[in-house]
Amino acid sequence: MKSTTKEFRNAASKALADVQLQQAHEVVYNGFHQARLSAAGDTDDWEAQRTLGKAIKDHTIANLDYYLDMLATNVEKNGGNVFFARDGEDANAYIRGIAAKNDVSTVIKSKSMVSEEMGLNHVLEADGIEVVETDLGEYIVQLAGEAPYHIIAPAIHKTKDQVADLLAEESRSERRETAEELTRQAREMLRAVFQRADMSVTGANFAVAETGSIVLVTNEGNGRMATSMPRIHVAAMGMEKLVPSAADLSAMLRILIRSATGQRISAYVTMVNGPRAHDEEDGPEEFHLVIMNNGRDRLLRDESLREALNCIRCGACMNSCPVYRKVGGHSYGWVYPGPIGSIVSPVLTGLKDGAKLPSASSLCGACHEACPVKINIPRMLLELRSQTAQGEPDPKQQASRFGERMTWKAWRQGMMSRSRFEVGSSVGKIITAPLNKDGWLKRVPPPISGWTDSRDFPAPATKTFGKMFAERNNPRIGQ
Amino acid sequence: MDNANAEELPPRVNLFVTCLVDQFAPKVGMSVVNILEARGIEVHFPPDQTCCGQPAFNSGFRNDARPVASRFLDVFEATEGPIVCPSGSCVAMVRNFYQDLFRGHPNELARAERLSGRIYEFTEFIVDILGIEDLNVRSDIDATYHRCCHLLRELHIDEQPTSLLENVKGLTLKPMERNEVCCGFGGAFSVKMSDVSTAMLNEKLDNVVATGASTLIAGDTGCIMHMQGGLRRRGQDVQVVHIAELLDAESDLNGAAMR
Repeated sequence: MKSTTKEFRNAASKALADVQLQQAHEVVYNGFHQARLSAAGDTDDWEAQRTLGKAIKDHTIANLDYYLDMLATNVEKNGGNVFFARDGEDANAYIRGIAAKNDVSTVIKSKSMVSEEMGLNHVLEADGIEVVETDLGEYIVQLAGEAPYHIIAPAIHKTKDQVADLLAEESRSERRETAEELTRQAREMLRAVFQRADMSVTGANFAVAETGSIVLVTNEGNGRMATSMPRIHVAAMGMEKLVPSAADLSAMLRILIRSATGQRISAYVTMVNGPRAHDEEDGPEEFHLVIMNNGRDRLLRDESLREALNCIRCGACMNSCPVYRKVGGHSYGWVYPGPIGSIVSPVLTGLKDGAKLPSASSLCGACHEACPVKINIPRMLLELRSQTAQGEPDPKQQASRFGERMTWKAWRQGMMSRSRFEVGSSVGKIITAPLNKDGWLKRVPPPISGWTDSRDFPAPATKTFGKMFAERNNPRIGQ
Repeated sequence: MDNANAEELPPRVNLFVTCLVDQFAPKVGMSVVNILEARGIEVHFPPDQTCCGQPAFNSGFRNDARPVASRFLDVFEATEGPIVCPSGSCVAMVRNFYQDLFRGHPNELARAERLSGRIYEFTEFIVDILGIEDLNVRSDIDATYHRCCHLLRELHIDEQPTSLLENVKGLTLKPMERNEVCCGFGGAFSVKMSDVSTAMLNEKLDNVVATGASTLIAGDTGCIMHMQGGLRRRGQDVQVVHIAELLDAESDLNGAAMR
């Protein structure tokens, strides 16, 4: 998928002005966020479970080569094929190859964010293959020709009316009204596709290294259909999404599902252990696991950003984020929106162009608090701001303007001595005196002029605290 | 248990007033001084202090933040005893973020670690160190409390301000919807992403106004400037005060001028 992260501010402004979107965003806080809080509150030792989840992921990422090797060995032992993809192009080429070799005409998808990274649907469609998303939300955004708005609720921005129009147009049948009717309509439409599909591409919520299993967490059952009906099953995963053992998986499922939807367990948890065995009646004839790098090695190499690979893609950070709730998922301009997306997207697609994303945060820490594996997202946003502001360690990634750099140099000069600090305060007072209305300013100059677009700015106090305190202790100073 | 440990009280504290209070809200600093002095604690203001370095650090300009932060260490290393600061954000900078700022600078890192063991946010100092939950103050107003982000989520300071406020006589605390959600300040964020910040602010202010309170209490001056600036622009007559001002029996807010 092509990144438009550079356009964050324009996209955000548009979303802010869209009343319907703003209304749709509320469900993120009132629904998902509250559901997570209540599930966490009802769970004994929730904090201990988060700590365990973090420990499992820290350990896995610290030994990633070892566990990836174990996973690949065990998938192959189970009769599957493993392909390590350097990037999206590499992964697309591999999957196209499988489709071509097997004369595939219809591919069904079950939710996969990694396939969004690849832009797989368009690539297969260009080969004349019919590609249909089977997760209801993904199906809706596919019909609308859009990208997912949220990683677990892709069509959260669509109204029921919009969905009704999309389904009516696609099915060329009567427009349905209620949510129930619409779901049934989508189900009927998808059932036919399931029956004719020769290949599926799914994501993987987890892979288990010691058993070579792929695990899908769904609520609609489409994951189970997609992994059992077509002749060929391809699962695509980011190279960080594995856990060492089945016991670890159990710990991770507990925190993933509660953090994602607030459920204790999702309607379906599907474990795939390779293709159909000789003594089994159903399941695919072929199984392929595509393990994607696509720039994740940059996160792995940078100790200050490595923690981003602990992410289990539950969406809790975006549900808790007051910025996501205003700008919406599409503003972020690439596959992963919200707080974790503001780390992952710039690193995977280009730090310099993506520099707006780490700045799109008030550093309120709601994401850190919500994260089931305790990823300190604010810390990493600050790290990326540093890497882009001053271009360290890579000068090519510098994205700050000259004026901004000079402003901070001047600030530094002012803060390096108390007398300059006092002078700065006095100058501020003099400059703003003509605009000062009862201690407040309606306009301030750049670089902080953005403030007074919507807020008054306080005029500097008549006396600094330093002066006020010194005079109080020694009244002669003030005379 | 007011002043239960009177004999063990630190005789003297050092005030890190913060650059924002110093320049924009000196009354907040005076309230901190009044409250501590009323308990017999001597307040020392190291006169060379400026800023902890947070503004440049948050904007990514660590090379500019580092010397300022290092200077902060110099100024406060020359003092002894606790350092009290009326800002969750600045304490979080020293306690949580200096370790990132000084990564690769082992000497300063060790100094920062020592100093962070001495610095306390104002309400944290009153409740956890002085052991005081009731400052014996009266304020006959309807107010609501905004839980500032860095206090709440970087420092996990929430019960301390809450219990201090609950013990203010005459004070009616009105519950606010989403009182834990950010007001959209975020330092440079409020300027760089002004429209996003404003959308967050408006949600916050709608919730503030819906309480019907005449006064909004918060613990960080940046957030206070942001919310008060927004209320003024919206033409809404709610005053925003720092918790230290509300807890200060001598502040104008509590009618000290009339006594």
